[in-house]
Amino acid sequence: MRNIWIIARREFSSFFATPVAYVFIAIFLVLSGIFTFFIGNLFERGQADMLPFFNFHPWLYLFLVPAIAMRTWAEERKSGTIELLMTMPVSIGEAVLGKFLAAWAVLALALALTFPLWLTVTYLGAPDHGIIIAAYLGSWLMAGAFLAISMCMSALTKNQVVAFILAIVVCFLFVVSGSNIVLDAFQMWAGNAVIDTVASFSFLSHFESMAKGVLAMNDVGYFVIAIGVWLYASLIIIEQKKAD
Amino acid sequence: MISVQNLSKYFDQFKAVDDLTFDIGPGDIVGFLGPNGAGKSTTMKMLTGFLAPSSGNIEINGQNVAEHSKAIQQQIGYLPEGAPAYGDMTVYQFLHFIADIRKLRGKEKQARVAAVTDRLELHSVLNRPVENLSKGFKRRVGLAQAIIHDPAILILDEPTDGLDPNQKHQVRELIQGLSEDKTVIISTHILEEVAAVCNRVMIIAKGALQFDDTPGALQQRSRFYQSVSLTLSYAADISGLAELDGVADMEVDRKTGRVTLFPESGQPILPQVTEHIQLRRLPVEDLHVEQGRLDDVFREITTQQEVRG
Repeated sequence: MRNIWIIARREFSSFFATPVAYVFIAIFLVLSGIFTFFIGNLFERGQADMLPFFNFHPWLYLFLVPAIAMRTWAEERKSGTIELLMTMPVSIGEAVLGKFLAAWAVLALALALTFPLWLTVTYLGAPDHGIIIAAYLGSWLMAGAFLAISMCMSALTKNQVVAFILAIVVCFLFVVSGSNIVLDAFQMWAGNAVIDTVASFSFLSHFESMAKGVLAMNDVGYFVIAIGVWLYASLIIIEQKKAD
Repeated sequence: MISVQNLSKYFDQFKAVDDLTFDIGPGDIVGFLGPNGAGKSTTMKMLTGFLAPSSGNIEINGQNVAEHSKAIQQQIGYLPEGAPAYGDMTVYQFLHFIADIRKLRGKEKQARVAAVTDRLELHSVLNRPVENLSKGFKRRVGLAQAIIHDPAILILDEPTDGLDPNQKHQVRELIQGLSEDKTVIISTHILEEVAAVCNRVMIIAKGALQFDDTPGALQQRSRFYQSVSLTLSYAADISGLAELDGVADMEVDRKTGRVTLFPESGQPILPQVTEHIQLRRLPVEDLHVEQGRLDDVFREITTQQEVRG
């Protein structure tokens, strides 16, 4: 437990020792503002809720989370510090969790800094705060799933750019797996059960009700399991490929 | 106590380490020598539990490395090749991070960080990010990190690579200053270093152990061991030197005029030679006994393998 905390603390401060966290948070705030006001038409809708804000989160995370996660393991490999870390009395699981928690905390911070929007909506009307809190939690949970995928892709390679692109591709598949882009590929040969299963992996459909503030057990469970599975996958990949 | 049995490592078809068997006890300071690509680093990575062996067994203090890697890693200090460190951290943060991971707490941690900072003279760079340091300082930070928990076993992969002569001297003093019951393994291809700090030399080439003995024994392997070399201030009859008892051969360097007398079977020949010089009043202006040329022996040991293989 202590090791996880030590590693998470190091990773977290390393995000802020380099411009990574600042750039990430700034761009996240600017983009979420643009999406909310110009594309989501927050004012024109005339409703005191934050749905336009949350609806764009999957698309925002699609590019931004791989960007913050790409260095996680790729850089350790490139600089050789993975050898240092793996010969310390730290298990790979602790390292994986520590790194995940640190990056997830940065995402939490970025989300928390969107509070002026909440204040705005509160000032303009009387939103249901419970719904907004639930939607924030849901969004953070989904960000965790994006993060777990991206970190797993980072574990695959030494090259950060490759990690970034792989992560975007895999995340994109998960975002759109409920839509025809992905399902058409299965339509011809797979049975309905397969198509339904693939469709049920969709981040979009699981996030849809979360954005409205409904934290259903199956949606929460889906993202928690997705995080667990992808983190476990990175653990195995690092175990196998740490010295390559 | 490190005990290695029939250790081999393959990377796909390439055999990096080939059936190594050796024991290293407390107090041994082992110089691990070999040409680049001989398998030194791979062996060290297996000793520290970073790489899993393809076959064979490593036991450290009676525990198998594969099964008890975390317990064993706590007892080992390791400087990986190239002294990697987290570049965005300052030296102070980095040492504290390593101390935390090494389970040092409170006052003990403060004391150990201060001790290694003193020992490696890192005061002037404590608040600078590691990535902005010179190569020499980076290496010293790596060394500080390796000894911070006062490990019983110290494994250093090319600790003096990139250091200037003063810093090399410092590192050697550091290694010599470690207490006597510690086990140290140093990989290097600087031969003088081995003679200076080690009490045991292991040479590997193409992954296989070629030589395992003291540095003295390595020198004795040299043709030049105990040979006497002298220069004359002007030409004189030196044919008598080659006829002396115990002198096997004489070579004269045509360019420098330096005469080298090789002994039979490593026996000292200095008394006979000086007696002869005095008797014949040879105009000798410089004379000394050679200790053996390590690089010759090294080349001989590591390349004969190539010819055979």
